Amino acid sequence: MKNKNLYNYILGIADNSLILGQRMGELCGHGPSLETDIACTNISLDLFGQVRSYFQYAAKIAGDGRTEDDIAMLRKEREYKNVLLVEQPNTDFAFTLGRQFLFDVYHLAFLSELQKSSDLTLSAIANKCIKEVSYHERFSSDWVKRLGDGTEESKQKMQDAINSLWTYTDELFHQTEVDKAMVEEGIGVDVTQLKEEYYKKVSQLLEEATLDIPESKWFQKGGKEGIHTEHLGYLLSDLQYMQRTYPNMEW
Amino acid sequence: MSEEQIKNLEEQFEARIARDEKIEPKDWMPEKYRKTHIRQMSQHAHSEIIGMLPEGNWITRAPSLRRKVALLAKVQDEAGHGLYLYSATETLGISRDEMYEQLHSGKAKYSSIFNYPTITWADMGAIGWLVDGAAIINQVPLCNTSYGPYARAMIRVCKEESFHQRQGYEIMIKLANGTPEQKEMAQDALNRWWWPSLMMLGPTDDVSVHTAQSMKWKLKRKSNDDLRQQFIDQTVPQAELIGLTIPDPDLKWNEEKGCYDFGEINWDEFWQVVKGHGPMNKERMKARVGAWERGEWVRDAAMVHAEKKQERKQKQAV
Amino acid sequence: MATKNWPLWEIFVRSKNGLEHRHCGSLHASDAEMALENARDVYTRRNEGVSIWVVESKHITASNPENNGELFEPAQDKVYRHPTFYDLPDEVKHM
Repeated sequence: MKNKNLYNYILGIADNSLILGQRMGELCGHGPSLETDIACTNISLDLFGQVRSYFQYAAKIAGDGRTEDDIAMLRKEREYKNVLLVEQPNTDFAFTLGRQFLFDVYHLAFLSELQKSSDLTLSAIANKCIKEVSYHERFSSDWVKRLGDGTEESKQKMQDAINSLWTYTDELFHQTEVDKAMVEEGIGVDVTQLKEEYYKKVSQLLEEATLDIPESKWFQKGGKEGIHTEHLGYLLSDLQYMQRTYPNMEW
Repeated sequence: MSEEQIKNLEEQFEARIARDEKIEPKDWMPEKYRKTHIRQMSQHAHSEIIGMLPEGNWITRAPSLRRKVALLAKVQDEAGHGLYLYSATETLGISRDEMYEQLHSGKAKYSSIFNYPTITWADMGAIGWLVDGAAIINQVPLCNTSYGPYARAMIRVCKEESFHQRQGYEIMIKLANGTPEQKEMAQDALNRWWWPSLMMLGPTDDVSVHTAQSMKWKLKRKSNDDLRQQFIDQTVPQAELIGLTIPDPDLKWNEEKGCYDFGEINWDEFWQVVKGHGPMNKERMKARVGAWERGEWVRDAAMVHAEKKQERKQKQAV
Repeated sequence: MATKNWPLWEIFVRSKNGLEHRHCGSLHASDAEMALENARDVYTRRNEGVSIWVVESKHITASNPENNGELFEPAQDKVYRHPTFYDLPDEVKHM
């Protein structure tokens, strides 16, 4: 492959949307209210839409006949490059929305930079996605505030979720070799530059939600290099089930 | 009000419906009209909501991204349709929570077809094609029903559902034209969903209890048997077109009547499932009740948060 | 703890600029912000709107159909409010 770095870079971006979209999709039909159920499915649909744009582009770059579905569903666990945050399970609604919020704030900042990419396709995709993600961020922030500044029980649950998920936030700003190469070429986003603003924004909102900002300085990472938590394998066995069981068929 | 006055009002009421006038929420209506509508409309809403579960079962496993977004959007539409219908029913003076309570306690019914399991991907095709196909036949006439909010909700539902059946049939086409394994999967799904789909159109006319009254109120425009015949006549050629076989050895074109003759429906099975003995009745209810109970602290928190916000606003204003 | 249920909101959507907001249904939400977000997710999934109004249902005052006689029937015979009431020769143009 000629453009191996670009290909891998796109996968790194898209896998976050893919895995988070899959997690949100699990909730469809099981939300806390009908209205919320519909809203969460909308987020999932937005994310899968993004995934398709990225993977169709990646497939074109690969140029060897592989399709968006091959890329989405036929890699091995170690080949998925999403951050650990997005693969965390829907433990309860506080976890689901906390995960969404912690990712959305990053995602929005990331896309806003990606719009400036010298790669015109990527910048066009970013341009389209950013509107969707602005809404996601608004939606998840509102919910973190509601649950944080709601009842005693909801506050406790929201705090637990933030405390548990906090350890996965630093990875968002970790640069891989591919990232560095792409930044150098003017294609990629320098995520290290987003970190300060991210924690500022997140902390502000947590404060508004009357929640404590976790003090832990110990962070987990590895997802970007394909070293995942145990949760991902199960998610993939669902995601890949049909393609693995019935190889080389059209659906 | 005296009995005579009520009788008078009732006559005027029936005359309005006969003239094709719509009844709106604040209009006077016979208690029976209100109750019947609450029952049918909430049952319809429950069916949409329970109907999300069998298809939701395949969202995480859809075979391609294109299929996944289509399925997600379809199941989401069902949530929307349930919501429109609950809202319309609320205009009759019952809250959504009360309706949920009736569903969760087993007092309210929903379409029995959703008590069958979805065991292969082809079931997504069969449900879209057959179950939505049968539902459309049931629903289109309701766009003209006498109760305004119900009619308006149904217009919205029917407009949005137009892609649902195509989505399902397209899945079946792909499978039927695919590998032998895929074709077998499609045929197997048709075999399992065909008869329950026929049952979905309701008991035969001779045992159907509500039909006469429902016809008068335009809750029904055609009898169950007529609807079933219509469904069979339009579906058989669709099956033939993609080379699938309807699992009914007695199915035969009747030249004289200009429609298909078909075999005996197993009504024992139908009533067993209605009574709660279908393969998935318990699981479906468990999933619904579970989601509702797990959501309680979330709903409470949102309410308390809204009140806090309101209080703060008022304090600022002082 | 079982607190109050989410109240009901009426939703009005403007399908495009130049047209009025039209009532399209209702939904439940804990506050106005959530009602707007829910309305966006429930009632504009197919690109149906460019603007949304939400009004808590309890704030709507409706006329009583029992008074329809006195409210609306008096307008029925005021035919002189309509152009067809006036006789003009056919030759007159632009009127």
